[in-house]
Amino acid sequence: MSTPKTEPRQSWTFSREVNAEIRRAAETGIYDIRGGGAKRRVPHFDDLLFLGASMSRYPLEGYREKCETSVVLGTRFAKKPIELKIPITIAGMSFGALSGHAKEALGRGATLAGTSTTTGDGGMTEEERGHSEKLVYQYLPSRYGMNPDDLRRADAIEIVVGQGAKPGGGGMLLGQKITERVAGMRDLPVGIDQRSACRHPDWTGPDDLEIKILELREITGWEKPIYVKIGGARPYYDTALAVKAGADVVVLDGMQGGTAATQDVFIENVGQPILACIRPAVQALQDLGLHREVQLVVSGGIRSGADVAKALALGADAVAIGTAALIALGDNDPKWEAEYQALGTTTGAYDDWHEGRDPAGITTQDPELMKRLDPVEGGRRLRNYLNVMTLECQTLARACGKSHVHNLEPEDLCALTMEAAAMTQVPLAGTNWWPGKGGF
Amino acid sequence: MQTIDMATTELREVNATLQAQAALTNQTRWILENPRGSHAVAVGLDAPIEVTVNGSTGYYCAGMNKQATIHVTGSTGPGVAENMMSGTVVIDGDASQYAGATGHGGLLVIKGNASSRCGISMKGIDIVVHGNIGHMSAFMGQKGNLVVLGDAGDALGDSLYEARLFVRGTVKSLGADCVEKEMRPEHLEILRDLLDRAGADARPEDFKRYGSARNLYHFNIDHAGAY
Repeated sequence: MSTPKTEPRQSWTFSREVNAEIRRAAETGIYDIRGGGAKRRVPHFDDLLFLGASMSRYPLEGYREKCETSVVLGTRFAKKPIELKIPITIAGMSFGALSGHAKEALGRGATLAGTSTTTGDGGMTEEERGHSEKLVYQYLPSRYGMNPDDLRRADAIEIVVGQGAKPGGGGMLLGQKITERVAGMRDLPVGIDQRSACRHPDWTGPDDLEIKILELREITGWEKPIYVKIGGARPYYDTALAVKAGADVVVLDGMQGGTAATQDVFIENVGQPILACIRPAVQALQDLGLHREVQLVVSGGIRSGADVAKALALGADAVAIGTAALIALGDNDPKWEAEYQALGTTTGAYDDWHEGRDPAGITTQDPELMKRLDPVEGGRRLRNYLNVMTLECQTLARACGKSHVHNLEPEDLCALTMEAAAMTQVPLAGTNWWPGKGGF
Repeated sequence: MQTIDMATTELREVNATLQAQAALTNQTRWILENPRGSHAVAVGLDAPIEVTVNGSTGYYCAGMNKQATIHVTGSTGPGVAENMMSGTVVIDGDASQYAGATGHGGLLVIKGNASSRCGISMKGIDIVVHGNIGHMSAFMGQKGNLVVLGDAGDALGDSLYEARLFVRGTVKSLGADCVEKEMRPEHLEILRDLLDRAGADARPEDFKRYGSARNLYHFNIDHAGAY
C-alpha cells in the first residue's frame, strides 16, 4: 500500500503565467511590450443590468415605435457641431499602427453607419479623409504630420491628453513598422524605434490648454468642435478641467481601451476601468451645469449594444470603439489560427501588434499582409457591426420605455456586485442602496 | 499699408482679416498696433503677406504660419511660431519657452534670448537666436537647424533625432544622446546661409555643431540608464 502523497500545488502568487514572465524577463532583459488594453478582469458593464418596464413604467413597441439614436457633438462653442446618426464613434488609431487599408475600412464602415472616425498619431491619410464623411483629427503631443490644412479639413479636433491604456504614457512605434511612408509622415528616419511624447510640447496645464484651444479655434475660424481626450485617471477633476479649458466634448477612455504598443506593466497597472470613470465625469459636468451641453464620449471595452446602452444610461452622450472595431474587421479571427500558432500565440490572445506581422493584415505595414484586408469588405463588416450594436441599444432603450437612447438613466439600472454599485452609484440588485449611501 | 488697432478690434476679426488674404492679394503689408500681450495673434496665416506687430504678444503668436512674414517689434510669450510650416517670423525682443515648437519649416529669428525648450520637437524649421537659449532646447528635435549665437542651457538636444544644432557660446550640458560633431564644409554652408538670412553678424567658423549620437534609435537595455 503506497503512502498518500500531497497533491502538487501551484502557487497563486507565483502562478505558471507569472513564473513564465519572470523567466522571459531574466532571459531578455526587457519588459514586455504589447498592444491592446487591460486583460485583467475588472468591474465592467456586465456587472450592471437594466430593470426594464414594469407596473410603473411602460415599454415601447419594438419595430413599431421610434427610438431615436442621433447625437450632436460640439454644441458648446463650435459653429459646425458634428451630427451623428448613432451614438457610437470610432476611436483614434494611427496610420502606422494600422495599415492604410485598415484606416480606409474604418472610414468606410463609419460613414456607412452614419458616424465619425478618428485619426491617430502620425497624421491624416488620404485613404482616411477620402472615405470618412466625418473625421476627427487628433492633436497629439508628437504633432507628427500636424499642419493647418489638415486641421481645416477635419470635422472636429481632438486634443489628446491621455488614453486609457496608459494615462501618463506616450506612444511607441517600433522600427519594424516605420516604413518610408510612415517615416515621411512623421519626419523621422526609416526603421528606428519611434517614441511619441507623453506630454504636449507647448502647454503644460489647464490654463495653458485654454490658450491652446483659443489658438486652434482662431486657426480654424471657430468652426470645429474641440474634443479633449483624457485617460481614466482622475475623471472628476480631469473632466472639470477640460471643461474649464474650453472643451466642447470630453472623451474619456478607461483602462480597457487599447493602444498600438506599450509596456504590459503600464497597461495592466495604470488607470481605472471605464465603469469607475463615467459617474465622476458626469458628476463634474452636472456640478458645472454643463451635462449634455458639453458632451461626454466614453470608451474602453465597449463590445455590444448593451455596453452602449449602459454607458448612455450612466450619463454619456456617445461611446467610442477601437478594439471591437478591429475585431469586426478581422483582428484575431480564428481563420488565422495556424499563423497565430506560428507566432507563438493563439486566436484571441494575439497582441504583438507592434511587431507588424499581423496575420489579419490590420496592424501591419507589410505590403503582402496588408493585402489580406479588403477595405470595402472591412467597411461592410464594420457597418454591420455598428448597426447591430445600435439595434441592440434601441432594443434595451425601448424595453425601458425610452423614445431616445439618451433618455436612458441610472434609474433604469441595477448593479450585480458591490463594486459596480459603488463605482456607478446604481443600487445593488434587490436593494435601493449602494456603498456610500446611507440606509438599507 | 493696412493698419489694425487691436485696442479696438477683436482678436477674431484681426485673424479672420489676415487669414482671408489670398496668395495674390495686393494688400501685402499690414500693421497690428496695440497687441498688448494678446494670445494667438496672427495665427494660421497662409499668404505671402508682411505683418508687423508693434509691441509684445502672449502665447502662440504666428502659430502654424505658412508663407507670411511676421515681425514682432517687442517680445513674445510661449510657443511663438509653433508648428510653423513656411514663411519667416522675426522677434526683435525675447521669446518665452517653446519657441518654434514642432515647426515643420520656415525661418524663426529671435534677436533677443529664447527661454527653455526652444525648438522642442522641431520637424524641419530653422531657428536662429541672436542671444542665449534656455534648458532642454531642441528636445526630441527631428529635423531642421537651431543656431544660437550666445550660450545654451542645460540638456541641449536631449533625445535628439536628426535636427542640427549650432552654438557659438558655451553649452551648460548636453542632453541624452546629444554629442558634439565634426563641422564639415556642408555644415558651414548651411550655417552661413542661415546667419545671412537672419541678419546675424557672426562667422560660421566660430560655432560648434551638435547632433544625435543615434544610440537611442533602437531600444537597448544597456542604455536604460540614459532614459
